[in-house]
Amino acid sequence: MEPVLELRGITKRFPGVLANDQISIDLKKGEIHALLGENGAGKTTLMNILYGLYKPDEGEIFVKGKKLEVSSPRDAIHAGVGMVHQHFMLVPVFTVTENVMLGDEYLLPGGLLDRKKAANRILEISQQYNLAVEPGSYIKDLPVGIQQRVEIIKLLFRHADILILDEPTAVLTPQEVNELFSIMKKLVEQGKSIIFITHKLREVMEFADRITVIRGGKVVGTTLPKETNQKQLASMMVGRQIELNIKKEAAVTGDPVLQVNDLKVLNTSHQVAVDNVSFEVRAGEVLGIAGVQGNGQTELVRCLTGLTRPVAGKITLLGKNVTHANAKTVKEIGTAHIPEDRQKDGLVLPYSIEDNLILNTWYEAPYARRNILQRKVILDYANKLVKRFDIRAPNALTATSHLSGGNQQKVIVAREFSRPIKFLVASQPTRGLDVGSIEYIHQRIIEKRDQGCAVLLVSTELDEVMQLSDRIAVMYRGQILAVVDARKTTREEIGLLMAGVKQAAV
Amino acid sequence: MAQSSVISSKQTDYISPARRTTMGVVFLVMALTIWFGFVISTTSDALTTFVLYPGGSDVVVADLIFASRPILNILAFLCAGLGAYQLAKGFGKWTNTLLGVVAGLFIAAFLVWGSSGTSLNLAGLLKVAVVRAVPLTLGAFSGIFCERSGVFNIAIEGMMLTAAFCAALFGSLVNIWFGLFTAVLSGILLAYVLAVLSIKYKVNQIISGTVINIFATGITSFLSAKFLQRHSELNDSGRFTTWNIPGLSEIPFFGPILFSHNMFIYAMFIFTAVLTVLFFYTRWGLRTRAVGEHPKAADTLGINVNRTRYISVLIGGAMAGFAGAYFVLGSVGRFDEVMTAGRGFVGLAAMIFGNWNPIGSLGAGMLFGFADSLASKLAILKVPIPNKFLEMAPYLVTMIVLAGVVGRGQPPAAGGQPYEKE
Repeated sequence: MEPVLELRGITKRFPGVLANDQISIDLKKGEIHALLGENGAGKTTLMNILYGLYKPDEGEIFVKGKKLEVSSPRDAIHAGVGMVHQHFMLVPVFTVTENVMLGDEYLLPGGLLDRKKAANRILEISQQYNLAVEPGSYIKDLPVGIQQRVEIIKLLFRHADILILDEPTAVLTPQEVNELFSIMKKLVEQGKSIIFITHKLREVMEFADRITVIRGGKVVGTTLPKETNQKQLASMMVGRQIELNIKKEAAVTGDPVLQVNDLKVLNTSHQVAVDNVSFEVRAGEVLGIAGVQGNGQTELVRCLTGLTRPVAGKITLLGKNVTHANAKTVKEIGTAHIPEDRQKDGLVLPYSIEDNLILNTWYEAPYARRNILQRKVILDYANKLVKRFDIRAPNALTATSHLSGGNQQKVIVAREFSRPIKFLVASQPTRGLDVGSIEYIHQRIIEKRDQGCAVLLVSTELDEVMQLSDRIAVMYRGQILAVVDARKTTREEIGLLMAGVKQAAV
Repeated sequence: MAQSSVISSKQTDYISPARRTTMGVVFLVMALTIWFGFVISTTSDALTTFVLYPGGSDVVVADLIFASRPILNILAFLCAGLGAYQLAKGFGKWTNTLLGVVAGLFIAAFLVWGSSGTSLNLAGLLKVAVVRAVPLTLGAFSGIFCERSGVFNIAIEGMMLTAAFCAALFGSLVNIWFGLFTAVLSGILLAYVLAVLSIKYKVNQIISGTVINIFATGITSFLSAKFLQRHSELNDSGRFTTWNIPGLSEIPFFGPILFSHNMFIYAMFIFTAVLTVLFFYTRWGLRTRAVGEHPKAADTLGINVNRTRYISVLIGGAMAGFAGAYFVLGSVGRFDEVMTAGRGFVGLAAMIFGNWNPIGSLGAGMLFGFADSLASKLAILKVPIPNKFLEMAPYLVTMIVLAGVVGRGQPPAAGGQPYEKE
């Protein structure tokens, strides 16, 4: 059968980088074709070319046997190719109807918008493909799972029959992932074809009809789920043998290091983001906080690290009341913080590696004497850390903005872990990193735990939480629904909690 | 297959206990001020007279005369009662609304006190408030056009000033309609400069706006001093005449206040309706708002972001030009140096207070216009507050309002950010 979509020899160069190198793939009608690769492997670039956002330097695209010339997303949509972007392209203050019809509006005879007709069309589509949405609700009030449905409806509204989903599961709970896949099944049953971009091995094994692995801008190989396994896919993706499961001993827990009682924190728009949360973290254990993004984790971490003040409740760190302490005090008591957004909150990007390494100790001896920075001491220290933490950079004077994500994160880890710390807050420590760096960061965190440090790990990646944690707390709408033992729980149990479903007996 | 039970996750606003208490105390302080500031200094037999007829109309309404002290007591009791309830229980999400109510009661008490033993022309006060609202509201509309598409326009002041100059000069040379036309045109031209700087060259929009303001002040002051002040025939444009709307202008009390004006005032009301329909019920409005909120999303749906912004900014410039023409053709009939006196900035404040919404901006413009009008009226009464302080009233109100007393609005998310395709 003739493929509905064919990419032949696509090459795209960015200054200094060959993002796509002679990539050829095809998509059959009614197929779910997974594009597997690490961050930075060139998957998204390839799809942006197909979608008309970038121009390829070489190569051709064929849709249903016809050569496709795309210069804008509009051309792609007209050819029947639609894309759900990793970061949703939805206007938060618009309703579902407004978002869906934007650019292809229905008009009343007088020239005014016909919202009703559009809403009816949306309901039709949502019934046909089992995509339950309320056309009149505002995007900002919808959970991400529903927002994603709106994105899919947007494409179907424009009669797209080749759908590209870019990392669609990154923001979903396990249950929402299952729902998404049942929607995808329904779509392909009705004649649509799907390219599904991901870096998650489990998902491609379970849901793809065919898998193409991309590494460093090149196609490494195409295979079928039944002919391969996760381990083989991982080494295809990374290019070397990789240990998927981290080894760790049972935790040896000591006294409580952090105690949080009835904590209440507001977000920047003065709404309750953390709602009466109580928990404790003991020395030598990892407490994982699981939850879909935006359920109060960010605000909780900011409050624990002294960046915001709570409106109610109490925080005790190593026996001291730090409820209203500032970040410096909290740090000096022995807290290390790996922030969620490393580029914004973790580093001063234009600063060199050495300056970033002393960002929270610069005023202490031996780095400063009588308020003068001791440049030589600092440089020696930085060179030592660059070697010990394997930071790949020309030298310690390189600006951190020139480093890759993995190396930027290593700078932060080096800074935080080289102080005598007793409490570590790691928020999304491996977001956007390659498999090699993830492995490295995970090992360092477990190492700290084994040295008797109390670790609070906040992550929206369920696999990460399950692998590293000794106990898991699930946050949902600002509350901790349950704290479970990591060895005894299941993905399903955590997944349900992440969706806000609390079971009577566990 | 289990469907997710969560369809919506709306969060409620949180009023902290501290804020609740503060508001309660503020209400009580207002009550006490009425008692100790106003009631005590009013003699028990003093009468307040509110004139309900602004003059210049055939519909005469009898004056409203009442004893000052009992009314002041009632107003104080209302404030105190609301304050007590706020302290005891709190009004929750209505707290801000109640703050507005209490402020209104306080102003009423102030007027009753200020005019005790004499008379205050309430109708005149309101009529002037409507007039003073015109440049502010139209300025706000100019801001709405620009900001809804994602471009900050702080050059409204400069555009209005230049437009006022053109209206005076060309209104004197040719006729009043040509003056209006050139005023609008000058607004569009300056907006084009702003658009090119902000959209094409991606200059910081605060800076490009400031540059235009400085340019406008300089050039109009220079040309005015050089020509307009020396040759009075160049600075005598005339004005649009007052037109009583048949029927409506004969409604007692409201008729003269709302329906006996020149065309600028009517234009303000008509534009309010037009903008509301344009922005919220047409394809153009939907697309423009999308560009101001999430330009990338609009781009992926085939909407030309920069073209949309150019169009919006130019229309905004035309609106600022029209607002500028008001100062000359709708008000005094001549140009004076820096005659806009910061009204363009207050217009921006009205836009923010009005939550980037035409109807809201009209309301905000009216409020600021009222403060303006009140200041000039009180100067005539025996109120023992220095004149210069009274003149600060509109700006003071603006500051208090913008300091977030009324809660924060929702600006277009992409405001001020030039759009770059990757």
